[in-house]
Amino acid sequence: MDMHVHDRRRFLALTAAAAATPLLAACGAGFGGDDSKSDGSAADDVTGSFDWKREKGTTVKALLNKHPYTDALIADLKSFTEKTGIKVEYDVFPEDNYFDKLTVDLSSGRASYDVFMLGAYMVWQYGPPGWLEDLGPWMRNSSATGAEWDQADFFPNLLQADQWSLKAGAPLGQGGQYALPWGWETNVVAYNTDVFKKLGLKPAETFDELREIAGTIKRKAPGAGFDGMYGIAVRGSRSWATIHPGFMTMYARNGLKDFTVQGGKLTPAMNTPQAVAFTEDWAGMVKQGGPPSWTSYTWYQCSSDLGAKKAGMLFDADTAAYFQAVEGASPASGKIAFHPGPKGPDGSLATNMWIWSLGMNAKSKKKSASWLFLQWATGKEHLRKSAITHNHIDPVRKSIADDSAYKDKMRHLPGFLETFETVVDQTKIQFTPQAQFFDATTSWASALQEIYGGQGAKGVLDGLAGDLADKVG
Amino acid sequence: MGWRLALRPYVLIVPALLLTCGILYPFGLGLYYTLFDFSASKPQPDMVRFENYETVFTQEAFWNSAWVTVLYAVGAAAVETVLGVAVALLLHRSSMVGRVLEKILILPLMIAPVIAAIIWKLMLQPSVGVINYLLRPFGLGGVQWTDTPTGALLSSIAVDVWVYTPFVAILALAGLRSLPASPFEAAAVDGAGWWYTFRRLTLPMLWPYVLVAVIFRFMDSLKVFDIIYALTEGGPGDSTVVLQIRAYLEAIRFQRYSFGISYTIVLWAVVYLAAMVLVKHLGKIQRKAAEVAAK
Repeated sequence: MDMHVHDRRRFLALTAAAAATPLLAACGAGFGGDDSKSDGSAADDVTGSFDWKREKGTTVKALLNKHPYTDALIADLKSFTEKTGIKVEYDVFPEDNYFDKLTVDLSSGRASYDVFMLGAYMVWQYGPPGWLEDLGPWMRNSSATGAEWDQADFFPNLLQADQWSLKAGAPLGQGGQYALPWGWETNVVAYNTDVFKKLGLKPAETFDELREIAGTIKRKAPGAGFDGMYGIAVRGSRSWATIHPGFMTMYARNGLKDFTVQGGKLTPAMNTPQAVAFTEDWAGMVKQGGPPSWTSYTWYQCSSDLGAKKAGMLFDADTAAYFQAVEGASPASGKIAFHPGPKGPDGSLATNMWIWSLGMNAKSKKKSASWLFLQWATGKEHLRKSAITHNHIDPVRKSIADDSAYKDKMRHLPGFLETFETVVDQTKIQFTPQAQFFDATTSWASALQEIYGGQGAKGVLDGLAGDLADKVG
Repeated sequence: MGWRLALRPYVLIVPALLLTCGILYPFGLGLYYTLFDFSASKPQPDMVRFENYETVFTQEAFWNSAWVTVLYAVGAAAVETVLGVAVALLLHRSSMVGRVLEKILILPLMIAPVIAAIIWKLMLQPSVGVINYLLRPFGLGGVQWTDTPTGALLSSIAVDVWVYTPFVAILALAGLRSLPASPFEAAAVDGAGWWYTFRRLTLPMLWPYVLVAVIFRFMDSLKVFDIIYALTEGGPGDSTVVLQIRAYLEAIRFQRYSFGISYTIVLWAVVYLAAMVLVKHLGKIQRKAAEVAAK
């Protein structure tokens, strides 16, 4: 009997040891994925003359965000397969979940997706850990890249936005090309022409005018036949996405910076006296003329309010207004006009932008086929077709922006082309590149909500700057 | 004793052992990761021992989140318990209507909490939401439900209450139906009133069932993520950033993996301790209930 007890104890001890073995092995194995890095690029393996059929029979897996650009891409995928013999399998996720899915997937170190959509800001997060393939060597290799791809045809500020040296605070346009611009947005003011006409308003040329007009619409529009209409739709949810469109555009036009950089060290600058005053004014504008329940507002709500004639103006991506302005898309279609928005005190039209880019997984086992896909998706033929027959605007290529068929398609939207041409050269990423971008901007949105809720702007922004100084410094 | 018979107990514990390993392995790995400064920017990290926990506990953000989490959990569990028991008492008294309502009552439990939160987000929308529309005749049509810190927290608790009160009600109803009839018959013979019977008989004997519901709801509410994230994303400001949301932001959004896991380990410890206290209390309550039933 005694022996039996000893046997059981030994059995349990051995079992515990067996259970602990994988744990200890995992501890020794490191922290997800392997860190083996190749010094050379896989692009160097591609030699000979350029051939679209080089990877015939391969299947490329793509992760895509639900978007009109994506719809245009999917509609044209057959052309790619016919041209290359490469099949594309894809998963499409809504934007709320898309980046979480992509982040978790990339951080796992697996190659479940060879190519994916991302924004330029994500390069700052995904680039430093080595998750993104540097596309520079592929672009420079004439065996891998056809002459008709024509790199010089891209708007230079867009290509530069996806190019970074991976050093916090270093300017864009240097270092690796971690993604390619595919579709983009500039941030401008779109407005309901009916309410402007009825109330005798003109688009604002200064920020003070914009605040005043927003308040006027909220006060007077309901009595003028626009039931429930408020002044201006801007984003307000507790998310990084609240900061980058209208807010950052107007912030930059006022000559304000998110961080100052000295000797590679970043110092938060959201609490300078000028930044505090501007932030207070922005929150005041939202209170006076913004949407009810602003703290939950994402671009979906902003855009649909303009389309539903609930918002008199929208300060956001030009595409967010465009999707409502397209004939038959919304009750306000045919009544939406575009304007560059207020200038800064010195006349600045500095504008922040968002770029939907395409990137390649550094762990992909099908890099050559993936590059052919990226080349095709960002090439003139597909993008021209998508812009003219679908809603893939704004074009990332100058040749398409200048194309008469594209211009004819867009001409019926009052002010769209003029606005685009006015701001295009001054549109760039106005943020300072750094890996803590999402933390900084989410906290910034939270601070904005607190100020909107009545807390003192100076105290809130000082707190934000103090918190961020530890994280980015 | 044959070797097959001797081996049988060990074979029988294999499923439980595998299950235990399946639980302990990720937990242990997570615990181990918190000892490092593992993040996307540092995929090969150094060991920092308990530095992540030190940082967590010295952060104002943590104490804010802990406070919000406790407020949420206590508020939701308390309201759900009172309402759940009240509903159970009503259903227990009526017959046919009770049976019909019983079926309807479980509908919220069939909806994923995140979907419920989205539905409520639409209903609470100030200008087009149905809640303000219904309140308009009473001059209350302009309430901005989730735009203020208090409003956002109360709205989140209200959604939780809507989803989970039926759970408490069903448990309480099951308890009511299993209570012995004799003490109630004796009370009726003695001419005891409803309130007296409820206070001295029903409630003491029902407490074990209610406490089980409270334990489940309190522990679940401490771990809430879906309802709050879908309704407010943690805003306005940091007013509804509970510990789970903070952990998600740190680990997934900001990719500070070790730091994010530290938050979840702290939350686990809080839930574990709370559950231990409540379960210990449950034993006492069960003994008291048995004494009342035996009288």
